[in-house]
Formats: sequence, C-alpha cells, structure tokens
Amino acid sequence: MADVIALTYEISPDDFTRAGEASSDVKSKLKQVGVSPAAIRKVAIAMYEGEINMVIHAEGGKITVEISPTEIRMILADRGPGIPDIEQAMQAGWSTAPDEVRSLGFGAGMGLPNMKKYTDEMNIETTLGVGTTITMVVKI
Amino acid sequence: MTVEDLKGIFKVAVEGEDLTREVTGIFCCDLLSVAMGKAPSDSAWVTVMGNVNTIAVATLADVACVILAEGAQPDDMCRSRARQQGVTVLATEEPIFEAALKVHKLLHG
Repeated sequence: MADVIALTYEISPDDFTRAGEASSDVKSKLKQVGVSPAAIRKVAIAMYEGEINMVIHAEGGKITVEISPTEIRMILADRGPGIPDIEQAMQAGWSTAPDEVRSLGFGAGMGLPNMKKYTDEMNIETTLGVGTTITMVVKI
Repeated sequence: MTVEDLKGIFKVAVEGEDLTREVTGIFCCDLLSVAMGKAPSDSAWVTVMGNVNTIAVATLADVACVILAEGAQPDDMCRSRARQQGVTVLATEEPIFEAALKVHKLLHG
C-alpha cells in the first residue's frame, strides 16, 4: 500500500463560495499523476456533488481521498442530520434543499443520483442525528 | 470552432486562459447539478446562472466556456473565480435558445 496517496479536506458548512475547492484540488492532483480525463471527470462530478451536499445539509465534515494505482476512493464523512430514507433520497428529483439553495441553481435532487451514476461503487452509512458517511470508488 | 470565434458574436465578461480551445458542442441548463452530470466536455454551456458555483461546475465538467444569456451578468465572486480558474465567460441579451442557436450555426453552418 506504499503507493497510495491520501488527501484530506475539511468542508465548511453554509459556505457556497468555497464549495468545489476540494474537488478542484483533487482534479488537478489526479491530472498531475496521469489519471485518464474520463476517470477524472467521474471523480470530479461525484465529489463535487458530495461536497455540495455537505455544505447544504450537514454541518460540514471531512473528505478523504485515497488514490491507488487501480482506484480512487472518496470517503465523505459529515456531522449532519442523517438521511431518514435512503431509497427516497436516491430518487432523481427528490430534494429537501431550502429555497435559497435552489435560487443558486442547486436542489434539483440530482446530487445522490449523480454520485451513483459516476462511480463504480457507492455505499451510504447514515445515523439520524449523528451524520452520514458516503464511500465512493472510481476504478482507474 | 474555438472559443475565440465566439467572441465575435457575444460580449466578453471574463477572458479565460485558452481562447484557442476547441468548442465541440452546446449545452443549455440552469440547474447546476444537471449541468454537472450532463454538460459534455468542451461544450459551450448556455445558462442564466452567473454565480461562483457556475464556475465550479464549468471547471469540473470541463466545458469550453460559459455563455450567460438573457442579460445575466456574472457577480463579482463569479468573475474573480473565473479569472482564477481561467474560464471564459461570455454574455448576451438574447434568450438561451437564440444564444445556443447562434453557436449551433457557427458550429454546423
């Protein structure tokens, strides 16, 4: 496991101006290590959606990204309210985002579906009142 | 067709770092999550959303440029993020469809 690169990012709650910085940083690091543009795009989309979810719904959190020669693993752990019904949350178009978030162009209910669509593996662990940890893997 | 070619038909709000970048398609949408998942790389993205998150999506989805339609203007933070990320932002008073149609005509004759 010596050749795994691990990156960590703290995500601030309610700060839409900084949302996307972690994803952009991962994107440029993946470019540097020569990951294919197609895999980079998948990681960038999935991670940005996760980052936005943490800004909208949770009290921020932490993202860990592990880059190995075969896969990119993203672990998004938040201190949010948890997801009461994962099946419902996974439906395209379902959203609990507030109006001010919608006016920024978010809240279309595409976050979790996009994350699933653009990753090869996705696992959600959630506890109401404690938080949610989403693990996503993109094979390279 | 390149981003440079689009400068002739739209106003330039922010000039990005690579005007020679090839534009290979057009994408229209205001919902950022939809754009994020569906905007093809190297497309010209037509929208009315001129906030800082538009630039984040443009960068991550790797579009060739952003075209703000309906007289929408990038706000200050959007401008500064676009400069920082090297994203070209164009602007027009025209509606989204007409703006996209102009790009289509340039692209496909």
